[in-house]
Amino acid sequence: MLERAQILDRPALAAGAREEPSALLPCEVRGLCFKAGDKQLIGNIDLTLVAGQVTIILGPNGSGKTLLVRLLHGMIEPSSGEISWGGMPLDEATRKRQAMVFQSPVLLRRSVAANIEFVLNLHDGSKLQTVEEILHMAGLDDKASQPARLLSGGERQRLAMARALATRPDILFLDEPTASLDPASTLAIENIVSLACDRGTKIIFITHDIGQARRLGDEVIFMHHGHILEQSPAKRFFDSPSSTQAQDYLAGRIVL
Amino acid sequence: MQNFAEAFTLAFDLMLSADDDLLEIIGLSLRVSLMAMAISTLIGLPIGAVIGMSRFRGRGATIILLNALMGLPPVVVGLCVYLMLSRAGPMGWMGLLYTPTAMIIAQSILITPIIAALSRQVIEDLHNEYAEQFRSLCVPPGSAIAALLWDARYGLLTVALAGFGRAVAEVGAVIIVGGNIEHLTRVMTTAIALETSKGDLALALALGIVLLSIALLVNAAVMGLRMTATRFSYA
Repeated sequence: MLERAQILDRPALAAGAREEPSALLPCEVRGLCFKAGDKQLIGNIDLTLVAGQVTIILGPNGSGKTLLVRLLHGMIEPSSGEISWGGMPLDEATRKRQAMVFQSPVLLRRSVAANIEFVLNLHDGSKLQTVEEILHMAGLDDKASQPARLLSGGERQRLAMARALATRPDILFLDEPTASLDPASTLAIENIVSLACDRGTKIIFITHDIGQARRLGDEVIFMHHGHILEQSPAKRFFDSPSSTQAQDYLAGRIVL
Repeated sequence: MQNFAEAFTLAFDLMLSADDDLLEIIGLSLRVSLMAMAISTLIGLPIGAVIGMSRFRGRGATIILLNALMGLPPVVVGLCVYLMLSRAGPMGWMGLLYTPTAMIIAQSILITPIIAALSRQVIEDLHNEYAEQFRSLCVPPGSAIAALLWDARYGLLTVALAGFGRAVAEVGAVIIVGGNIEHLTRVMTTAIALETSKGDLALALALGIVLLSIALLVNAAVMGLRMTATRFSYA
């Protein structure tokens, strides 16, 4: 089985030294609830996310994984509860130090390079990295002038990852970025995730791929019906999950 | 039928002979309509963009009003502009009545709602596609509008063309505020109306064919651009 260190097989990618942990961590979540009408979709979640780990969020469809990540990223307002990042509230200044990649990447109707330039100009990120460096990291050097919407599925997702990392975010949310990709494209995305992690970016990764969770994860959060049933180190979770739902999920049985 | 055959022959003769009077009329038609399109685009696009990407109380009513204004009756617009610009009107001191400028003003009023309403739809569709990503990236509203206008540029070109089409084919407003004065405010449509009233149907039809040819050429050019952009996936 591939471990994270083995995934990163390109020396150029591994060259960047691990940076200091972000001041945005730990993230503290207390009593987080989200309701749509009368229906409670996220129920009274308490959670602490610490620096230096890839946190995998697992759970069946409809368990609230995406909703939790959107709440943590401030894309939607919770019905109640508090979220703080490094003791700071989840305001725009905090959100600007985070990035998110969606399952279906939304690319601007521009060239590959222009998609990166848009983000660099937005957050004055050109001081950190050049477009060429970012495209090189994503293995898209030769696609710079191509229209982004003509890229293959894997390339589109790599561009979305590169764009998200263009301003060196402290936190990177990934919502099933490899859900519709083949193994080679999945590996390319995992390479970029590993690079970002080694550079000190906190990764919060939603996936249904158990193998991927084993390869990348340092800790696992298992969700079911809008609640966190388990939050534990990855090894402990995969070796001996404590909840029956997690046991069923890992065994490939249908979790209701 | 004799008129149609005669009209086609006359239209070709007119175009091939490059008649000075005809060229003057075509030139003024294009100048007035292109200016009106440019002014309306400058006003209508930002209005469409703001409505397309904003959520505010009364937005639905604003969209209904905007859509309804697309059907503004040209003669009513012409009459209102006439009253404003006539010597006794509030803008009479400017002396613009019966000038090409008055015609540009009337056409701009007519096509601004068309450009605003159609661009609102184009921008709203693109905004729905980009909204989540923009929210994640904390894109400020000004940058978001600029990005939407740029990325929707090929769709908006078609919108501007729709405005131009309405302007160049319009007769009711320009004949009221322009007066159809030879060598000053006579455009294709008012010339057609005049020749029809004089009973010279062949010349009127010929002018109509020339007008149609211009519209076809402009449309073909813009559609060609749009298709090229679509092929390269920028639209």
